[in-house]
Amino acid sequence: MLTPLMPSASSATVPIDILRFNTCGSVDDGKSTLIGRLLFDSKSIMEDQLAALERSADITGNGQINLANLTDGLRAEREQGITIDVAYRYFATPRRKFIIADTPGHIQYTRNMVTGASSANLSIVLIDARTGVIEQSRRHTALAGLLRIPHLVVAINKMDLVGWSEARFNEIRAEFEEFLPRLDIQDVKFIPLSALNGDNVVERSPHTPWYAGPPLLDHLETVHIASDWNLNGFRFPVQWVNRPHNPTNQTFHDFRGVSGQIAGGIVRTGQKLIALPAGVVTTVRQIWTYDGPVAEAFCPQSVTLVLDDDIDLSRGSMLVGTDHLPGTSRNLVAEICWMHPVALRRGKKYLLKHTTQTVPVVVTEILHKLNIATLDPEPEPAELAMNDLGEIRLQAAQPLYFDGYTTNRLTGSFILIEPGTNATVAAGLLAPPSEVIKPEIGDYAI
Amino acid sequence: MKSYHLDHLQHLETEAIHILREVAGEFERPALLFSGGKDSICLLRLAEKAFRPSDLPTPLLNIDTGHHFPELNEFRDQRAQELGAKLIIRTVEAAIAQGLAQPVPGEISRNRLQIPTLLAAIEEFRFDCCIGGARRDEEKARAKERFFSFRDRFGQWDPKNQRPEIWNLYNGRLNPGENMRVFPLSNWTEMDVWEYIQREQLAVPSIYFSHQRACVRRSGQWLPVNQLTPPTAREEVRNLVVRVRTIGDIMSTGCVESTATTVADIITEIAAARITERGSRADDKTSEAAMEDRKKAGYF
Repeated sequence: MLTPLMPSASSATVPIDILRFNTCGSVDDGKSTLIGRLLFDSKSIMEDQLAALERSADITGNGQINLANLTDGLRAEREQGITIDVAYRYFATPRRKFIIADTPGHIQYTRNMVTGASSANLSIVLIDARTGVIEQSRRHTALAGLLRIPHLVVAINKMDLVGWSEARFNEIRAEFEEFLPRLDIQDVKFIPLSALNGDNVVERSPHTPWYAGPPLLDHLETVHIASDWNLNGFRFPVQWVNRPHNPTNQTFHDFRGVSGQIAGGIVRTGQKLIALPAGVVTTVRQIWTYDGPVAEAFCPQSVTLVLDDDIDLSRGSMLVGTDHLPGTSRNLVAEICWMHPVALRRGKKYLLKHTTQTVPVVVTEILHKLNIATLDPEPEPAELAMNDLGEIRLQAAQPLYFDGYTTNRLTGSFILIEPGTNATVAAGLLAPPSEVIKPEIGDYAI
Repeated sequence: MKSYHLDHLQHLETEAIHILREVAGEFERPALLFSGGKDSICLLRLAEKAFRPSDLPTPLLNIDTGHHFPELNEFRDQRAQELGAKLIIRTVEAAIAQGLAQPVPGEISRNRLQIPTLLAAIEEFRFDCCIGGARRDEEKARAKERFFSFRDRFGQWDPKNQRPEIWNLYNGRLNPGENMRVFPLSNWTEMDVWEYIQREQLAVPSIYFSHQRACVRRSGQWLPVNQLTPPTAREEVRNLVVRVRTIGDIMSTGCVESTATTVADIITEIAAARITERGSRADDKTSEAAMEDRKKAGYF
């Protein structure tokens, strides 16, 4: 998608931030229509896309342009009028760049929602004003809460079909607010709109004089996105050992660095770091980048660290700062979203990918399953089926170095992979560790 | 107070470098698809940023249809040489000669024939991963693509059954014969690509800039006059000042009238554009699902 609203003269120089958001709702709540409307009204739709829409309108839509066809990119989606897989859309206004993950609301919804929402700053839950809050709305909101998405917009759609009734809007809002306190979401905004007609999407609607808040796009442009990145404890999972074999430039003959993306905190030249799992302390000699060495680097930058000591480091190792130490254990407690047709049971073995390492694990206990209707935990279920949320205990073949998900999304998350099929079967969020690492090194005391 | 802030290009850059290093860490025999086009030029710079001062851990692979713009191939060869990278070229011509690809009688475009040529190259070199410069904003079917896009042993993409992709944890595990396509530029837009080219001062093939070219009007587009599809008696050949926005085969790449002679001019032009980049590619106009069908069969 192009960005016609961006002022061309300044576009290359002014730093613009990116808001990532996802939309979720049930079938026919009008998600795709809402995104189509956002793109259309913000003039992010190009003439040839409009021409393609008009071509398909002549064939299938009795001459009516279907905004949902802008996002439903697969043939089966257009034929069935549904969205099958997460679709990503891009648009920009002079104030922000946007990445939209359009997540379908039917089968495989949890897996699609988690895929679309895991990196989002904001989540839009669509509600059909005629039907109100349904189980899907609760499930989506619960997932947004679980994934700690900082901002939530409850878009009450199809308000035109309930006569723009303020009473109906308040009724749905009250229903929602009943279970919201049980979820960890800091900022919630309710917006009455009609995606089909464009009311309160980009332009303020004349039909809702009783609504004092902003239209949706206004809110998306101005919502304050607090940094998702943890700048406290330094975390550097090693992705790749950078060691030139036959460098053309002889100054790199003895170069040995470790490359990775900083997953938390800040690193400076001369700083002491602990290498895990060895538990050895070393010092940063240089922070190497293609554009030259830098004095400091921070999360989520990608850098190559050159260290004073030639210590054992390879993919899966982690360098950490000497304060805000991570936890370590072979025994893990995690909330998970189960995403596979074959249910999770106690005693099953999987591969767990955490940062840059993959280790075998066994499920030792299913602690509870979340009842979506009541949002209460049901203790000791026999299994977790597809789309279930629950808490489990795992034992890993070797200790993990990790943080709680609420402290650091990148070092507190994992996926489970089924050996053999290699299917990604679960997304996991680690509970805070019960003990932190205790490096036992001569010149270093905690 | 110091602000620890990355702008949008720096965000996209660190995301792409992370993905490239995950490929180096998780695959045995990756290849990087390099055509010499603007997206793969960015991809190469990102690979340099990910792996220097070491050599690139992947060879460069290009599937040459034989209908490429000569400027593009010259640029491709020169860039590979500058980087000291290994460049593997497999041609549709040779694939046809070896019976790996069968042209349909009367079919002039080599677009479809790239698929068996690519799959044969993957088999020949036992590549387990191909890194490509495709972006989600290019096309509707691409918008559904994951960063790590799994292909079965027939090279097929199953859009209904993709692996969930959560946080920055990519599942690169494969069984023998299977293949991964990885797209580090997934979240980049056409504008981001040009802004990055400007920031990094990257060289691009001359045909992206305004030049004089003989064109004919076909299906609402200015197509470059070429030997494969010569102008008919009724077509008027016009000498225009044009540039290309996206590069495909010489016979399906439309030229846009433009006076943009610098990257900054191009950025200004794109900001004001009212047509998408792929609007000038005849191969995507065949039907609404043209790209989806090619991707399912193993296209890039």
